[in-house]
Amino acid sequence: MRIAVCIKQVPDTEARLRVAPDGRWIDEDELKFVINESDEYAMEEALSIAEKTGGEVVVFTVGPERAKEALRKALALGAVRAVHLVDDAYQGGDAAATARALAAAIRREDVGLVLTGSQSDDVGYGSTASMLAGHLGWPHAWLVMGLDVEDGSARVIREMEAGMNEIFRVSLPAVIEVQAGINHPRYASLKGIMRAKRKPVDTPSPGDLGLDPSALGAAGSQIEIVDVAFPDSGAGAEVLEGDPAAAAQALVEKLRNEARVL
Amino acid sequence: MSNQVWVILQHRDGKLHRSSREAIAAGQQLAAQIGGRASAVLLGSGVGDLAKEAAGFDLDAVHVADDGALAGYTPGAYVGALAPVIGASSPAYVVAPHTYQSVDFVARLSQTTGAAYVPEAISFEEVDGELLWKRPILTGKLHARVRVKAAGTVLVTVQSGAFSADSAAAGSAAVQDLAPAALTSDRELLGVEQVGSNEVDLTKADIIVSVGRGVGKPENLPPIEELAKELGADLGASRPVIDNGWLPRERQIGSSGQTVAPKLYLAVGLSGAIQHLVGMKGSTCVVAINKDPSAPIFGISKYAIVGDLHEVIPALTEAVRAAKG
Repeated sequence: MRIAVCIKQVPDTEARLRVAPDGRWIDEDELKFVINESDEYAMEEALSIAEKTGGEVVVFTVGPERAKEALRKALALGAVRAVHLVDDAYQGGDAAATARALAAAIRREDVGLVLTGSQSDDVGYGSTASMLAGHLGWPHAWLVMGLDVEDGSARVIREMEAGMNEIFRVSLPAVIEVQAGINHPRYASLKGIMRAKRKPVDTPSPGDLGLDPSALGAAGSQIEIVDVAFPDSGAGAEVLEGDPAAAAQALVEKLRNEARVL
Repeated sequence: MSNQVWVILQHRDGKLHRSSREAIAAGQQLAAQIGGRASAVLLGSGVGDLAKEAAGFDLDAVHVADDGALAGYTPGAYVGALAPVIGASSPAYVVAPHTYQSVDFVARLSQTTGAAYVPEAISFEEVDGELLWKRPILTGKLHARVRVKAAGTVLVTVQSGAFSADSAAAGSAAVQDLAPAALTSDRELLGVEQVGSNEVDLTKADIIVSVGRGVGKPENLPPIEELAKELGADLGASRPVIDNGWLPRERQIGSSGQTVAPKLYLAVGLSGAIQHLVGMKGSTCVVAINKDPSAPIFGISKYAIVGDLHEVIPALTEAVRAAKG
């Protein structure tokens, strides 16, 4: 079985972030970019299924030139090839526009399963892959914490609120959106990194996929970001200054005598 | 285009989910904003009593699809029931709570109907004659204001706690039947399970020391455990710490873990993603210890120490010990 994994390259959310001068997004100039966290878990899930069932993993992404680094990492982990929707027309799209592009790229392949993360750590729409499933006419599941692929179907454990999971079966092909924590992602080996350099990366244009550029990317989106800002911190915290010992002492004093919680 | 607002109600075990009342409040406020009326939509099997409960809110109507295929939640049956009626009535907005169930089918409903989808909204405001939706981005570190460019129905899921359930206005609504088409489920439901053991109950803790990703590695936990012991506190954690296997899953606090409200909540190296905040924002006194002063956790904290937790934690343990004399 061929498994498609959709990944996204996102800013490292541990980094200090600044709003860009035009106010419409963050300043990306000095940011480090990484594979979206839940997509790394999807990659691991795909590789382990492919190993068990004798299949192969093909990795897909929508993103600018820099996203090639994320694809190289996925190839080093064990994907056999990559599809990079790098054309300008694909960029800056909402979930609906991105799902349309991915669906056209995946439809060209004989894919039995699509795996991806549940939510991106940048815009965080959490809906691209469910929309992708709609285009393909396949079942989907969001927030998946357990997956057993059997003949023609998959047993799925899906997270619900408050520490409960629901368990169900879907027919294959399907789109499975995994949660971080479903497995333990592997590291790339040196051999894998060397091999990745020779693995093919396909970059189909909208024309190659039979898509109208005006239905893609920012132009083809239904929603758009007007501006971004740090949240109002409300009253905000009282910051206790000084070296660690002084700050710690001041905190204990406040907790005892002001907040009266100690 | 109508000026109707529909609210999709979520329920479990014969009870309306708390988030459904928040969604009703959001729907009522949105209807007032656009000069329309809000109605509720209830999907399920044998949900007559729930429909009566929903009819006690100030709504135009409660539309009920009562069908055996809707007894258990599946996106196939939910989208199958909703898509045709949204297409036929073209409500201006369809609001649902931003829960693990709603997002699972609303994204799909958006693709099926072609309606735009604004996920995880926390507020709306009118600016120069257009409605802008605020939603968290970059794991809650920033907010974005989002505009809907597309014409037609807009689907919105509202974040837990963003609209007050208590502000949902009471009233009296007519219950109306929605006759859904033949519905097909796309999942064979096999059951539900509790995650991890039930052995750790953080909901009754007076003091919780909660650990975030900023702790870096499990080898850094012992000084934090020592502080917790000195405070007589229970240890909690945010999701990344659990996912990395540094602490067991029954210690997870947040939307997919436990919801807690201790007197004192000490957040250590924890940035405060929205999924975590919904699980602990009822705490009486929140203290943040973090090296990044722009972390969202500071916004809901009473006190904070900005600094390296590896230096601050031992100092704090020492200070607590000294104070106890």
